[in-house]
Amino acid sequence: MLGSRKGTWWLYGVLTVALVAVVAPFAWMVLGSFKSDAELRSAPPTWWPEAASLDNYAQLFSRLDFGGYFANSIVVAVVVTAGNLLFCSALGYALAMLDFRGKRALFVVVMTTLMIPGVVTFVPLFVLVANAGLVNTLPGLFLPFLVSPFGVFLMRQFILGLPRDLVDAGRVDGAGELRIFARIILPLCGPALATLGILTFLGSWNNFLWPLVVAQTEDTYTLPVALALYSTGQNSTQYGLLLAGATVVVLPVLVVFMVFQRRFIEGIATTGIK
Amino acid sequence: MTTTTAPPAPAGATTAPGGRRRRAAARAEGRAAWLLALPFCLLFLTFTLWPVLQSLFMSFTDTRSRDLRTPFAVNVVGVENYTRALSDPVFRKAMLNTAYFVLVGVPLTLVVALAAAVALDRGITRLRGIFRLGFYTPVITSIVAVAVVWRFLLETDYGLVNTVLGWVGIDGPNWLGDPTWSMPSLILMATWRNFGTGMIIFLAGLQAVPWSLHEAAAIDGASAWKRFRHITLPLMRPTILFVSVTTGIGYLQFFEEPFVLTSGGPLNSTKSMSMYTYEQFGFGNYGYAASISYIIFVLVAVVTAIQFRLLREEK
Repeated sequence: MLGSRKGTWWLYGVLTVALVAVVAPFAWMVLGSFKSDAELRSAPPTWWPEAASLDNYAQLFSRLDFGGYFANSIVVAVVVTAGNLLFCSALGYALAMLDFRGKRALFVVVMTTLMIPGVVTFVPLFVLVANAGLVNTLPGLFLPFLVSPFGVFLMRQFILGLPRDLVDAGRVDGAGELRIFARIILPLCGPALATLGILTFLGSWNNFLWPLVVAQTEDTYTLPVALALYSTGQNSTQYGLLLAGATVVVLPVLVVFMVFQRRFIEGIATTGIK
Repeated sequence: MTTTTAPPAPAGATTAPGGRRRRAAARAEGRAAWLLALPFCLLFLTFTLWPVLQSLFMSFTDTRSRDLRTPFAVNVVGVENYTRALSDPVFRKAMLNTAYFVLVGVPLTLVVALAAAVALDRGITRLRGIFRLGFYTPVITSIVAVAVVWRFLLETDYGLVNTVLGWVGIDGPNWLGDPTWSMPSLILMATWRNFGTGMIIFLAGLQAVPWSLHEAAAIDGASAWKRFRHITLPLMRPTILFVSVTTGIGYLQFFEEPFVLTSGGPLNSTKSMSMYTYEQFGFGNYGYAASISYIIFVLVAVVTAIQFRLLREEK
């Protein structure tokens, strides 16, 4: 009734062109990772690989240590995610359901830091980590990110929506506060934990600036650091290799995203933060 | 835990034992709360609050990288770093570049995001999930990987973008190497990368626009554009405000795109305030870098304050 049939087809056309424009760089990246450097440098550019090969990937994992960088990225992302899920939900529960001295002040301080740009803490954080001897170590990469004000905000908002009676019922049954948190509240926080978990994992996986400064030798590189350094260093002209590296960085994220798409998008729509 | 006391005494129980028991329960609750809060608080104090305060202190000192081990044995120089920043021609250029990026980038990102959201919300009925997924993909991918790909796509001679432009007879410029085109290239890339976030929030906001209004207006003969202009836009005002401010705050701090694609060049044409901070950090000028980071902080705080003011007026 509202849109003519012709208008709808026109809209599908425009959207499809837009979709191709948005996704084409990724398609081109994956296809390019199977091409030779010579083919990548030819004008006009090719779309499908003329002689597809896995050479680039073989080099990535044999000559370069992308397996090791991949492992570092995974370790850091998993530890950071676990820390955020545990510590932010614990504080979120305390702020939402319990009464304690200093609660308001704590909440205000934590929320105020939400809007502080990351660049503000960058220099002293580096001084701190350097003095603790954590430069070039994995703890140096994950310790500063184990908690986030955003995580507290998300968990507190979610737990506020749970019925208070649950806590009182637990107390009547003689359960301690920690037990109530672990056995009654946490199992109900599935959706919020999933949102926080995915956002934190992706954020850590893509984090770039901090690891670039802290990881100074190959054994602590994460994937984005390695890719950035190779793309500006001695391998900067090995285009196929770089595209294969980019594919290795992007693909796991795409898979995670496709699996959890719905939860993820709901989380963003409700919190407004990427 | 220690909370094995009886349930809270019934209301009106003012006898001494009941009151004491209640106070004991409250104390136990407080202890449990702080125990739960403790890990967060320790990490937060060490890695957020302390650095924030130390950064403020540093910004009033002449701290350099050689003072790394003795960050407090430095000279306090007052507001010298701040006055230096405001008269530093490169920092001024960086402020102008950031303003350019924000003032062009935010409206562009907003318009694309809103158009995509409106089209996906009511314009089409099929394949919505596919479009939504596709449009959101750039948001979640690593900037470093994205930069590797875009550097190829924007290559002057054999890049895909100039090849496609060549088909329609346009001689594409040297996108990243020409000071005139470097910033527009980064703005286009940032729009491509970020409009998905705005789109998702707009899609949620559009749920609040009652469809019956559209139907009534359509019966009265209002065109799609008029309905968008007079029904959708006014009802979406708070959401649009929210997205424009969050996008603005993000763009004020923009860093990664120029860092990985242009290193701030050519001729400083893409050097942002955040990039300049990082650069000064790299030169070992920690105090100066800290003062610039606080200037960015103040700008972000101003934008946030404006948002709160406007949102309150909305209500």
